[in-house]
Amino acid sequence: MAEKIITSQDVHLYYGEHEALKGIDLDFTAHEITALIGPSGSGKSTYLRLLNRMNDLLPNIRITGDIRLHGQDIYAPETDVVQLRKEVGMVFQQPNPFPFSIYENVIYGLRLAGEKNKTVLDEAVESSLQAAAVWEETKDVLHQSALSLSGGQQQRVCIARVLAVKPAVILLDEPTSALDPISSSKIEQMLVNLKNDYTIIMVTHNMQQAARSSDRTAFFLDGQLIEFNATAKFFTAPAHKESEDYISGRFG
Amino acid sequence: MKVKRQDKVATVILYLIAGTIILVLASLLAFILIQGLPHVTWHFLTTPARSFEAGGGIGIQLFNSFYLLVLAMVISVPLSLGAGIYLSEYAKKNWLTSLIRTAIEILSSLPSVVVGLFGFLIFVIQFKFGFSILSGALVLTVFNLPLLTRNVEESLASISSMQREAGLALGLSRWETVTRIIVPEALPGITTGMILGAGRVFGEAAALIYTAGQSAPALDFTNWNPFYIASPLNPLRPAETLAVHIWKINSEGIMPDAVAVSAGASAVLIIAVLVFNLSARWFGQHLYQKMTGSGKKGA
Repeated sequence: MAEKIITSQDVHLYYGEHEALKGIDLDFTAHEITALIGPSGSGKSTYLRLLNRMNDLLPNIRITGDIRLHGQDIYAPETDVVQLRKEVGMVFQQPNPFPFSIYENVIYGLRLAGEKNKTVLDEAVESSLQAAAVWEETKDVLHQSALSLSGGQQQRVCIARVLAVKPAVILLDEPTSALDPISSSKIEQMLVNLKNDYTIIMVTHNMQQAARSSDRTAFFLDGQLIEFNATAKFFTAPAHKESEDYISGRFG
Repeated sequence: MKVKRQDKVATVILYLIAGTIILVLASLLAFILIQGLPHVTWHFLTTPARSFEAGGGIGIQLFNSFYLLVLAMVISVPLSLGAGIYLSEYAKKNWLTSLIRTAIEILSSLPSVVVGLFGFLIFVIQFKFGFSILSGALVLTVFNLPLLTRNVEESLASISSMQREAGLALGLSRWETVTRIIVPEALPGITTGMILGAGRVFGEAAALIYTAGQSAPALDFTNWNPFYIASPLNPLRPAETLAVHIWKINSEGIMPDAVAVSAGASAVLIIAVLVFNLSARWFGQHLYQKMTGSGKKGA
């Protein structure tokens, strides 16, 4: 029944001679949270950044395989990368708000897309900040610099900034690893609330976070996808020995 | 004990060195200002210079300096922005860009008198612009461009790559990311560099002697048609600037009050350059605060 929003088949990625991804087959279901876990250097972040073509910026890189969003090959020559990134938003490990006001941060994407109507912008700011669970803390200081906020608040403003563009998919690259536990749990809770409207794919180092908030978990090791399973199943009865070793803390 | 004493001795020596530098600077400034300021009056600032009798001012030279500065900046700011943005945001690392960087470095270390001679041969003789504001502005561009380009490139490069990723990931094109996020963020640094560059151009003499000329013909401040020969805006008239004027009166001035005029003009020049430097700081900080909304109360 569930719609596959992103599909990928036999994805390889080479940095020069080094093969960083060794044939990944992975599909993502709409309105679910998928966690990508694995030790450092396992390729999970590299894989995530393929989905909105952020790796395009790197020199000496070669990508093969087939990645589709809504059935469209996103690496086809006619793909509009700018349009793709509006569909597939991304939140980074370090909060990276622009050094403008909170208000400007949230509407920057919209404003550059040509939206001028003040009512529309105001509404977008409020609804995005609310969805990102940071409205109560910022509604009185919308015109202050986003840099004056705490790290956790900044990260939620960054999420609001992505939500304002209304993507279908949100990629998060270790969104809470630079934050304190309280901020992390707020963001985790918020992500669970967001999944009605968005498809969420999250790289995380925090296994509790993956276990608590995701629907499915993909376990990467050495550039390979070892296991992809429903989260409850993955953490209670993993199908592979490597998965079991990893979640029980034997390496990584 | 020995290490502690070494530390103390080093600290004292460093304080002494710093103190010496400040003392030299302060006494130089004080000397020029004390010598010059008594001669600076409204009359001095507004009347034309006189060659043979006392009582001349620096009005035309002052105007020339500012006009030349504006023209030079109008040419060099867009060029340096373009070159800086290209080098920082678009240029790939290859032999061509490293050649460009090397060329810029060499250009920025050329003595200004050599740049002036180059300008004389190319703009004054070859292009037949004569001793004119236009030749002067072009040679100041050659003189200033490498430093401004470097400043733009470095200001842009100091912006974290995470900001570029944030822009691109939001679905902005590279051009939008650069012009709407990276350049605005770097603007305080860029502006500071531009104003400092303006100060350097304002005080430049050697490059202008053979290009903008050493004469300041009378100007008709009632006719601003740039094609009229005595118009202040005419870019093809010769234009002695303040710095060139100081050099000239000290080398061949025959007016009876040459010493006083030179002292007064030097004080004005120093004050102008100080204003450029201080305003660069203030403007950079102010712009940053305005951009980032810090210090602004919430609505």
